[in-house]
Order: sequence, then C-alpha cells, then structure tokens
Amino acid sequence: MTPDDAPFALRLSNVSKTFGGLKALDAVDFAVRAGEVHCLAGENGCGKSTLIKIVTGVYTADPGAHIELFGQARDGITPSEARELGIAVIWQDLALFPHMTVAENIAFDGMVGNLPRLLSRGAARAEAQAMLDRLGVRLDLDTRLNTLPIAQRQLVAIARALMGAARLVFMDEPTASLTQSETDGLLKVVQTLSEQGVSVVFVSHRLAEVLEISTSVTVIRDGKLVGVYPTEGLTQARLGELMTGAILSSEVTAQDRSGAAPVLQVENLTRVGEFQDISLTIRRGEVVGLTGLIGAGRTELAHTLIGMTQPDAGHMTLNGQPLRPRNIRAAIAAGIAYVSEDRLSLGLIQPQSIADNTAISVLDRLLNGLGLIASSRKDRLVRTWIDQLSVKIGHPDDPVSTLSGGNQQRVVLSKWLATEPKLIILDSPTVGVDVGARAGIFRIVRRLADEGLAILLISDEVSEVLTNADRVLHMESGRLVNEIDPHATTVEELEAQVYA
Amino acid sequence: MSAFDRLNARLGRETLPLLAFAVFVFAAFSLATPLFLTGRNLSSMAFQMPVLGLLTLAMMVPILSGGLNLAIIFQANLSGLTLAWVLIQFGGPEAGVGAFLLGCLAAIAVGATSGALMGAVVAYVGAHPILVSLAMMIFLRGLGEFLTRGGDISGFPEFLGVIGHGNVMGIPVPLLVFGLAALVWHIMLTRTRHGFSVYMIGSNIEASEYSGLHTKRTLMLIYTISGIICAVAGILMLTRFNSVRVGHGEALLLVTVLACFLGGVDPFGGFGRVLPVVLALVILQMLSSGLNLIGANQHLSTAVWGLFLIAVMALRWLGGRLRYGTGRD
Repeated sequence: MTPDDAPFALRLSNVSKTFGGLKALDAVDFAVRAGEVHCLAGENGCGKSTLIKIVTGVYTADPGAHIELFGQARDGITPSEARELGIAVIWQDLALFPHMTVAENIAFDGMVGNLPRLLSRGAARAEAQAMLDRLGVRLDLDTRLNTLPIAQRQLVAIARALMGAARLVFMDEPTASLTQSETDGLLKVVQTLSEQGVSVVFVSHRLAEVLEISTSVTVIRDGKLVGVYPTEGLTQARLGELMTGAILSSEVTAQDRSGAAPVLQVENLTRVGEFQDISLTIRRGEVVGLTGLIGAGRTELAHTLIGMTQPDAGHMTLNGQPLRPRNIRAAIAAGIAYVSEDRLSLGLIQPQSIADNTAISVLDRLLNGLGLIASSRKDRLVRTWIDQLSVKIGHPDDPVSTLSGGNQQRVVLSKWLATEPKLIILDSPTVGVDVGARAGIFRIVRRLADEGLAILLISDEVSEVLTNADRVLHMESGRLVNEIDPHATTVEELEAQVYA
Repeated sequence: MSAFDRLNARLGRETLPLLAFAVFVFAAFSLATPLFLTGRNLSSMAFQMPVLGLLTLAMMVPILSGGLNLAIIFQANLSGLTLAWVLIQFGGPEAGVGAFLLGCLAAIAVGATSGALMGAVVAYVGAHPILVSLAMMIFLRGLGEFLTRGGDISGFPEFLGVIGHGNVMGIPVPLLVFGLAALVWHIMLTRTRHGFSVYMIGSNIEASEYSGLHTKRTLMLIYTISGIICAVAGILMLTRFNSVRVGHGEALLLVTVLACFLGGVDPFGGFGRVLPVVLALVILQMLSSGLNLIGANQHLSTAVWGLFLIAVMALRWLGGRLRYGTGRD
C-alpha cells in the first residue's frame, strides 16, 4: 500500500476526445500515484481504452487537456516518448510472437532497438531471466510461446512490457481468459510490481479482483468521470452500481425443481484421463451449476455430452431416449446446444455477419422448395432472435466482431436457441462480458429455464454459479465430489472448498 | 441509406469500382486504337477469356475456404487427355457425338476424382491445401507427360469446332459456357448450404464445426467441384486448340490467383463474390488484348497486370483508411 502523499506518476485533467462528433471522453480527470495499483473501471465502450490510448500517445486529446507525467507538464505525447518515459501497455491481445521462445519474446525490443546492436543470445537470455526473477515467475526460457497456456503467455507479455524500465504499466483485462488460480498468480505479480515502485493501472471486468488488488478506483461511465473511490469500504455491488448506473441484484435465485421430469440423465460416465463415474440429472426448467478448477474435467465432460469426444464407459439419456452422439451434429439433432467457453474462436465466426452467425446452425430450416436458402426466411429468423434477446446491433450484415462481449454472447444464445434445444450447456458464458451485461445474460438464462429448458451452467466464478443455479455440483480431478444448495452455502464457503 | 449505398451493399463494395475501371479501360483503348472497338477484337476477346474464367472459378472457391488449388491446370490437361483418349478409341476424326459425350463424362470423372482425392486429404488428414494440391499437380503432370511422352495429341472430329469456335445467336459458345458456370457459382455461393459453409469455414473452420456445419464434407465437395470445373475448362481447351498437350495453359495458374485477388477475394478466405471476379477477368482480358493491339510487347502486358494488382491494393488501402480512419475504443 502506498502512502497518499506519494508523488503522482500521472495526472490528467479535463481530457476530452471527440471522434467524428461523438464524445468518447468528456472532461475526464485521472491521476495515479507512484507505486499505486489503480483500477480503471467502466463498461465496454465507456472510454477506458481511449483514455489509455491518450496516455500512451496513440491518440491526441482534444485541446484544453492538462497532462502531467512524472511531475512534468506536457503539451502532448508521442508513442515513442511514452515508451522512453517508461509507460507500458499490455493489451488484451498480448501482441507476442507465437513461434519465438520465451526469452526471445521478452528480450525482443532490446534485440531490435533503434540502434542496431549485435544479437547476443546470451545477453538476451540473461536479461529475460533477470526480469522473470524480478517478477518471481518460473518459466522455461526456451519454450516456444505457442506451446504455453494463455496464463503464462500473459506473464511473458508483462515481462516484455517491463523490459524498458517501465514505471507506469497499463493492463487491459489481463485476467479475462485466466482461471481463478492463474489470476491469483497474476495478482501476486502485480503486487510485486507495486512494491518495487511501479504504478499499475488495472482494467478488469471482474469486480472481486479489482477490489482485492487495487488501492483506489476511477469509475468512468459513458465517457464521463463518475468519481475516484478508495477501495477500502467499496463492495462489488456498489462498484457495479457505479459502473452501470443501475442497481444490480446478487440475490440467490435458486428454486426447487426436483419434481420436474428429468431431461438429461448421466450414469457413471467415464472418459479415461478426463473424468470418471459422473452421474447427474438435469430436469426441465432446472439450472444446474458445475464449478471446479480448470483441469477438473468440466469442459471435457461437456465435450462428451455434445459428441465431440466419445465416452469409454457409462450411459446417457435425453428425455428418456438413449443418447450417444457421434458428433456435434447428432447432438444438435437430439436437442443439445453448447455455448463454448471460447467465444472468440469457437463460439462465433468473428469476421462474418451477425445474420450468418445467427442462422448457421439452422440452415436446413431456411431452405425453399428448390433447396436454396430463402433470404426472407433468414431475415425473419434473425430479426426474431435479435428482438427476443434484445441484441443491440447496427445492421444484421455487420461483422459480429463489432459487437460488445455481452451482445456477442446474446448472438451465441440466439444461434443455439434457434435450434430449439431441450438442454443447453453454458460453458463460462460471461467471460469478457460487462458487469451490467452479465446480469442481462442471466436474466435470459432464468427466463429460458422458466420456459422449460434444462440448463447446465459451467463456470469457475463461484459467486456467479451460486447466485444463478438451482443446484451446484463441484467437480474435482474428474469426479463430482459434492452437491451444494445455494440457499445453504455462502460464496466464501464454496470458494474455500473449490480452491482448497 | 441512399440508393447508391443500397446498390453497393447488394453488389458488394468491390463491384462498382471495378466496373468503373472496366469502363475506363474500355474507353481508353477505344480512343487509343481504332482496332479495339471492332467486332473482330471483341469476338476474339470473348473466345479467349472463358478458359481463364473457368479456371479462375476453379481457383476461387478453394481460396474462399482458406485454401488454394495449385493443380487446376493439370487437372484440366488430364481431363482433356481423357476426352482425347476416348475420341481416339472411337476413331479419332471419325468419332461421333456419342463418343464426345462419353468422353466428356469420362473427363469430368477424372477432374472430380482428382479433386475429391485432394479434398479427402485436406479434410481428413488435415494437410495444408497448398502442399496437397502441389503434390497433386506434380503427380498429374508426371502422369500426363508419361502418357503423352510430352507431345501433342490431335486429330479430332470437325464438329468440335462448333464448341470451340462457334456462335449461338451471335454469342461465342465458350462465353456461354463460362457465363452459365459463373451464374451457377454465384447461386452456389450465395444461396446454398454448401456456399454458406464455404465462407464460414474460410473464416474459422473450428467454430464452424462447433456450430454443427459438415466441415469435412464441405472441404471434400469444394475440391471435387473445383476438379469438375477444371474438366470443363480442359474440354473447352481441347475444342479451341483442336489438340491436347500436358502443360498447355501452365502460365494461367498464377493469373487465376491474380484475378481472384483483383476481384476482391480475401487471400485468407471467408470473403469474395463471383461478380467482381468476373469483372476483374474482363479487365485483365481487355488490358492484354488492348496492349497487344497498340503494338506493345507481349511481356509488357504481363508487367501491366502486375502493376494493376498493386494499384488495386493501394486503392483498397486508401479506401479502407477513408472509411475506417477514425473509431472509438
């Protein structure tokens, strides 16, 4: 924790930025003290990234802004000046070289600097190792980056960003694709940096970690400053309200559905090396939560339910009929839909249109008498679902990548609901989705359950499962170890159990 | 949305600029030489373009799916060779229409089989289409040269000239064949499940599989259909040149890729339409014929093609910057 009188590393006031008549930022003030972990909070599109881009010289602020960096007032800043001053950004997409080694990635900027110097592998390795030691991270320097899990790539990106003697580091949603335990590791590194006097500006959608890691929070909404708050005394609910401007509920919504007819019944399902002896029932209208660490076999189980992999033993039925899908098409035909945990690369075809992404799984129903796709039917289908799930879009022909995370997830749901499933498996459905939009997604989930859909909700965010499921199953090392009643358990108790 | 925007959205934003450019090239050559705007030149262009056009259609769909088919020329050659063999079995110059039809079926079977084989390897082995089609290209070339000892095969019935050089209602038969094929391609890509799957696979094959598309079957079909249209090109080449030689049209391979890119097909797959590609073919043909008529060296016309591609890329980049120059977040 830094004292309140530490000097300012960054002080901005009256920063505005206009894009073609649209105010992305409107007279925002933002200040970070040396050695502080400061969180920048706000929903997607609120102007956070614009602010970061102004500090790092990617954008120029509108006239009238006052910028002070490390105690020096400045008229403006260019990207190379920002780098020289020790300002570093770790973007969501990491910008690493997948085919180079850990050492090469970390030492890259030094190897191709302005003044060409002889490439010295030894020196590069030593520098990279020193940086990893400073972060307290153990990684094999010679591993090629594309063989590393995403969490470790994140650490490489941090190490690389710090190589130029960084004093002020921006991290844009560094934990979006990490599991809880990986996140803990990353937060430890952030702590270490702060103790070494580096200021860290942390952007995240996960409010729990925002409160855990930062000392103060600046909240931005619709391009305007809401306020700067000390973290102490702030709750998740309060922070969510500040970000969205709406009251969010975190009440347990669990209902007793034990009288309803079973939809999915799984008995002793085993796939060697992935999960063993899984038995579970999901009933009509029931939301069953499945939580556990990554590697516990949750996603692997889902893959077997949808026919991507075949079980070694066990039995499955859907509405009383034996279920043994050979591939995902058979699973869809049987009435199972799967919302992948990886929306970016498996859930949606990002460059293609919203309309095509919505229609992709039900093409058969759009054919006319000649076997050709009837565009009128397609338009009607797309319009129906956009209305049903209140997806905010520009035009159905726009690429789906232009939508925010929450709206993209609604498109994924549209696509699967169009197949009229009996069971829908939601694998980490809120990864990279705004706080406000999360509540919206879960309202839809609850409505679908009330309409009779059986839902399996997989997530490693314990609080999310506990608030939104009727029953919660805890999976550990490929086995179901416990069933939890959300009314009788607190988030802290379940977290202690899962992360024990 | 203005009427212009609607038209642009309907045709694809590559179409109108290419159309404008085609008109410009047409006007420029018409002014530059009196020989350009003559029935003779127009008809000669109409007879020359279709072979390249059919081969471009064969190249286009594999590119849309994120792949490439380097074997198209030799698939066409081998298919032509098959037709020639059947004709010779039925008496060479004396062979009848029945023999020709039978030969065409055999030729199409050869094109389809070689394509299906590539599709199977791409889909089920997961090898890169460039490697697979390169292997197929080398295999077919070797096989063809072995069978023909590297020579020409000729001596076909005279009625084949009707296809290669004839007109129906004033329209050259090859152009009719190409026009029909382009129309079928357009409908296939915009209105069928197969076409839909081609675009989706081209953008992200894994997500397509997770969405329930038949990705492997689609890949098989893409290369099979590519082989079939190569066979049609091969048959057309035989009727136009009245001979078959393995290696005939080899120089067209990269021109088909050029035509696809000029027509706005995304080199990484997922995006592209038939109409702008046809316009690109027309422009390439006009550049080549026009430069020839004003007495330019033949090699110069190849150089102009290259410059043309660079110019188009530069214009697209400029257009993209004007459209998406500013953005938020």
